[in-house]
Amino acid sequence: MKPLINSLPETVFTTKVDDLLNWGRASSQWYMLFGLACCAIELMQTGGPRADLDRFGAVPRATPRQSDLMIVAGTLTYKMAKRTKLLYDQMPDPKYVISMGSCSNCGGLFQLAYSVCKGVDKIIPVDVYVPGCPPRPEALTEGLLRIQDKMMRERWLVKSPRLGNGAEA
Amino acid sequence: MEAKEVYLKLETQFPGQVGDFKGDVPEPYCSVSPEGIVAVCRFLRDDSNCKFEVLSDLTALDWPKEEKIQVVYHLYSYSNKAQIVLKVDLPRDHPTVPTLEGVWKVANWFEREVFDLFGVIFEGHSDLRRIMLPEDWVGYPLRKDYVEQEEYDGISTQRAPLVEKLLR
Repeated sequence: MKPLINSLPETVFTTKVDDLLNWGRASSQWYMLFGLACCAIELMQTGGPRADLDRFGAVPRATPRQSDLMIVAGTLTYKMAKRTKLLYDQMPDPKYVISMGSCSNCGGLFQLAYSVCKGVDKIIPVDVYVPGCPPRPEALTEGLLRIQDKMMRERWLVKSPRLGNGAEA
Repeated sequence: MEAKEVYLKLETQFPGQVGDFKGDVPEPYCSVSPEGIVAVCRFLRDDSNCKFEVLSDLTALDWPKEEKIQVVYHLYSYSNKAQIVLKVDLPRDHPTVPTLEGVWKVANWFEREVFDLFGVIFEGHSDLRRIMLPEDWVGYPLRKDYVEQEEYDGISTQRAPLVEKLLR
């Protein structure tokens, strides 16, 4: 049997605690099922076997209480806007929002209608906007990777505004 | 049974209540007075020759120049494979018409929708409140003179500047 010290370089690596925490968070983004319109079909495709959001550790949850990420997929009406705000408030911190498709970005094709909210950012803060009508699964996957980048930049142990402390975000 | 025959039957049955028949269109129609609409519909449903079992659609039109709101009833007969359209003209400032709920139950939701979007009052309706828009909505959006509110529930209804420019 070899001494333990000799096996260390191959099986152990060192990192910063922040990076480890962020790596864990970024690799397990549970997104809330929030399909409002046709974008939801594309969202399902992204979760399906071909685009396979699962390989980034992102799995759909049916409740806001277990979710880290809200993907607003589809046309948001004023009637739904109230509910969206409520669902967002029910998500535990830290939470992130992807606005998927033209409709949730700005009202899109239906923004001239009386009943359509002109963008989900009028009611909740949005981290990543994915353009398209609807965006392809590749585009949504890219959006998820941008969220991962954002997560990896956050710092939790050292409270400093310069480093962008996550707790203040 | 042809639409023309249905109309002639209505004319003899309800003199003065029906009129303006137009048969040379894909969906023949005639107009009915607001007072007579329930009796006419009940007759069309129960008459052994007409047999219009279904109210397949109930909607409305806004005519601001003529100062009227027109409620449109689409009746269909599965037995005769026939359709007839009834139109009721109402004054625009106070559109009121008796409900058809007692004839076809489906009229309940149709009438709520017309009330929601046009503000037509259906007298005798069992549950006349908005069906699709939020209950605290102001105005009737499918009327031609509908003015959008500045905000709804604290959410601004302002569009992107480019879109606002195109709207003008």
